[in-house]
Amino acid sequence: MAKAKKAAKSKGVALFVATRKGAWIFTSDAARKKWKINGPHFLGHIINHVVLDPRDKRTLLATASTGHLGPTIFRSTDFGKSWKEAKQPPAFPKAPEGEKGRSVKHSFWLTPCHENEPNAWYAGTSPQGLFRSDDGGVTWAPLPGVNDNATMRPWFGTEQDGTPDGPKLHSLIVDPRDKNHLYFGMSGGGVHESLDQGKTWQTLIDGMEVVEGFGFDIKNPMFHDPHCVRMCPSNPDRLYQQNHCGIYRIDRPGNKWTRIGRAMPKSVGDVGFPMVVHPRDDKTCWVFPMDGSGVWPRVSPEGKPAAFVTRNGGKTWQRLDKGMPRQQAWWTVKRQAMTADARDPVGLYFGNTQGELWQSRDEGRKWECMARNLPEIYSVEAAEI
Amino acid sequence: MHVLIPSPLVSYTRKKEVSARGATLGELLLDLERQFPGIRFRMIDEQDRVRPHMRIFINGEQEFSLKRALSPSDEISIVQALSGG
Repeated sequence: MAKAKKAAKSKGVALFVATRKGAWIFTSDAARKKWKINGPHFLGHIINHVVLDPRDKRTLLATASTGHLGPTIFRSTDFGKSWKEAKQPPAFPKAPEGEKGRSVKHSFWLTPCHENEPNAWYAGTSPQGLFRSDDGGVTWAPLPGVNDNATMRPWFGTEQDGTPDGPKLHSLIVDPRDKNHLYFGMSGGGVHESLDQGKTWQTLIDGMEVVEGFGFDIKNPMFHDPHCVRMCPSNPDRLYQQNHCGIYRIDRPGNKWTRIGRAMPKSVGDVGFPMVVHPRDDKTCWVFPMDGSGVWPRVSPEGKPAAFVTRNGGKTWQRLDKGMPRQQAWWTVKRQAMTADARDPVGLYFGNTQGELWQSRDEGRKWECMARNLPEIYSVEAAEI
Repeated sequence: MHVLIPSPLVSYTRKKEVSARGATLGELLLDLERQFPGIRFRMIDEQDRVRPHMRIFINGEQEFSLKRALSPSDEISIVQALSGG
């Protein structure tokens, strides 16, 4: 009864769905059973991320590019009713004459800065770059502590490296206790931590494994490929990571990741892209495994999609596939495309590479498809409205 | 100068043909940016390179250098590269 009363006071949940061909906003009733769909926004644009500013609950930022046009960021201050383009989107500095400078191919990841820094945002790009806006996304400045870091530069690799859509800087995390304390991941290039708001960085890759059999130096961040890193809201000293080479947990101030994915079923493995953490329980997180064997098919293992959950910090994992296709379902979930709301029980949401949006209202025990026939889904973010 | 605008950039200009000035291609693009803020970065990257899937033609001839000199009678066409699809 208490839960029902709590739900009745809330208007509902909003989902911000970014796809290869535009963005959509889904809004639910208080019970999360009925959904309204709003969109497409930016039809034809490649939208990697749409994020609501939790500090005002009205401002939205969306990263955008097209097959032909260069990258930009759109912003709305009225929850998506209208959009304006950033006056100065993320861009690397012009290189001196005779030197080859880098060019932002697309902005990939958006993170609002600390709650005490209103209107401030971070953006991660492909190729790897870190940018900051202090005016709500209107203008963006490169952060030289990463972008011009001579030590990091070799870790970025070349344009031939990285995921099929290019190497990325992602998983920008701000410690809610300290605006100066940041983390980010690079695919490829490892996990890094700053204690001075991005001026200087230290590498955080101890315990992470690399692809075996090629003699890669495990101490070189260049060979590390974190896919998604998340901080537990209930315990900012605990982070979980889905990596190219397994699932990990770290408890700070410790500096060593533990491969908790070893406890996953051998037939499934612990390769994947997304990582979702429980809003109140630091022992619970969810992953969505993917076939990383052979040529890396990047589909659900054996064509049988499933989420997996651990409720004891990674000691054991349980398969969560009730409601999902039982066979011949050859899709997967990208690193930004799975998320949770803050309800009790937690609602889980994911979008897949086939343009389907799925929901669980009971922490993954049962799943239902909310929408089909959208373009390939790149990211899903949830917010209480 | 007369400049033809491709459909993906009409959201900036609101029309398919516009006028712009400049002694070089780089100056002409800056004049377009002055008139239609944001348009330049969608076709020219931060290193002043024409983006991979954009093409600029001057009197029907493809041009990649922003230093190319222009004369008032030149016809400029900005197009999307076919890029195989």
